[in-house]
Amino acid sequence: MTTITTTPSPADSGAIVRARPTGFRHNVITIAGRALRAVPGDLEAVIPPVLIAIFFFLVNIATLEGLTEGQIAGFDYTAFQMPTAILLGVTGVSRAPSLVLDVQNGYLDRLLMTPMRRVAILLGHLVADMAIAVGLAVPILVLGLVLGTGFETGVLGALVFLLLSALWSLAFAGFGYAVALKTGNPAAVQSMFLLFFPFLFLTTSYVPRGQLSGWLDVVASFNPVTYILEGLRALAIDGWTIDVVWAVLAIAGVGALSMWLCLAALRSRVAAD
Amino acid sequence: MLTDIPIHDVQPAPVGETAITACGLTRRFGDNEAVAGLDLSIRQGEIYGLLGPNGAGKSTTVRMFCTLLRPTGGWATVAGHDVADEPDAVRLRIGAALQEAALDPKQTGDQLLRLQGRLYGLRPDEVDRRVAELTSMIDLGEAIDRPIDTYSGGMKRRLDLAAALVHRPEVLFLDEPTTGLDPLSRSRVWDEVRLLNERLGMTILLTTQYLEEADSLAHRVGIIDGGRLVAEGRPAELKRQVGDDLIVAGIDGDPAVAAAAVVTLDRVRVVDAGEDTLVVATGDGAATVGPIAVALAEAAVPVRDLTLRTPTLDDVFLEITGNRLRSDARPDVPADERSEVQR
Repeated sequence: MTTITTTPSPADSGAIVRARPTGFRHNVITIAGRALRAVPGDLEAVIPPVLIAIFFFLVNIATLEGLTEGQIAGFDYTAFQMPTAILLGVTGVSRAPSLVLDVQNGYLDRLLMTPMRRVAILLGHLVADMAIAVGLAVPILVLGLVLGTGFETGVLGALVFLLLSALWSLAFAGFGYAVALKTGNPAAVQSMFLLFFPFLFLTTSYVPRGQLSGWLDVVASFNPVTYILEGLRALAIDGWTIDVVWAVLAIAGVGALSMWLCLAALRSRVAAD
Repeated sequence: MLTDIPIHDVQPAPVGETAITACGLTRRFGDNEAVAGLDLSIRQGEIYGLLGPNGAGKSTTVRMFCTLLRPTGGWATVAGHDVADEPDAVRLRIGAALQEAALDPKQTGDQLLRLQGRLYGLRPDEVDRRVAELTSMIDLGEAIDRPIDTYSGGMKRRLDLAAALVHRPEVLFLDEPTTGLDPLSRSRVWDEVRLLNERLGMTILLTTQYLEEADSLAHRVGIIDGGRLVAEGRPAELKRQVGDDLIVAGIDGDPAVAAAAVVTLDRVRVVDAGEDTLVVATGDGAATVGPIAVALAEAAVPVRDLTLRTPTLDDVFLEITGNRLRSDARPDVPADERSEVQR
């Protein structure tokens, strides 16, 4: 045997420490906490979308407010634009790129060797994403209030507004997680940004549905974001209307699809075969 | 072959004393059979070295034991639980440091260890205690509070080992734990492996390409090649099967002439002739090295150097498989370019 001259340090006090099964909620919170702790070191991923959203919010109001409010009696373009700005800020913001890094540097394997349920890894990231989305939506909402937008549905409506925005962010993020888990490729995750354009711009982002030209009106009618925007605008402008329900259904539909893809990718990644 | 080295001659440990068992363990990737019917029995408290070259199936085997890969054939149990049917029970009882340090570079070392502790269900006071113990063990000092992406390769390896130990596993898997480490870092890892085994009775399966690592650490060694266990035993036993001494001559002449010149000498058991190397196995190296030098000179075979050494596990591997364990282990020629003469 080779003689080693270094002095071993105490590896263990000998006190009884044993791993125990952990609860699902505990695991989700633990993983979400880790994802949120990483945000301050990754501000470049969350600050630019908010700044871009605020920039376009102000520019679009300055550009189109006079034109639209002159065309439509009683139209409040600032309130109309606020949901657009918020979706612009929260769509596509997720921790999916960090999950790709976990796949690439092997850390996902370390997580998979722990006794926690696999879906907790995904759900923990998604919970963190929702918290981040709310954090990003609040300053835009505050700006809208400062610019004179009111909430017909009151404080509860404003909270539902934030919740729906965050849920949409989550539904869209699901596509990124599906690609992240399926490919483990950061470039592929980045390419999901391409989905952002048809979702956010082939719709009523800038003018009401009645002002859209023929083909764009048809496309917008199939775009779930159209119904989400109309539901969010209803909360601010019209009150508790059926548009809010349609918004919920649209988010649920997109979310069901993206989460199904996400869970399939997770199963594929951790299937151990 | 020099001797008949037993293949799959694994004596199963008594029931209740086996930490790792594999029976016909197989893993296919498409047409490639990475692990081809591995039989293994490792007793509790044993350090077992799985030795083999790149692509032999070591890491695939470890990933199956760690529940990261499902076997496509056969079965395996770790700490008494089936890796395919009871993966959660296995995960509670194992720790692993895989071939590449599996770390999150954005976290600090302290954050990573605490997260590991929470995921294994340790109470906050237990997490505090284990983090303090492990920080002392890996000797990272204040660096434990720095982001991991600022660590050197050796520091990452030590932290990876600590992460595998947070919950004090019954069975520890170390997949090439010292590859890429400097000699000092390597010896520190060896110290810790011994300490874990001796003080805690931890069962440790380590894979390695380093002969001296298996030789120094492992109670038993299994040699794996082509996804199969081709030999197993205590290092000294395996080496004894090759021969007591080896005389290695660097030659410039015809290898066949050189082999013919020495094969009939007293005490020479086997001659292995390569393109420019002659390896002679003998029961008494000191008494044989002189006659070999004389015989080669009389046969007009130029000799560059002549070395007497004891067999290594590399010689065992060469004997069994016809290949060296590591391409950089010693200059050599492929098996198909060698000739072997046995008396």
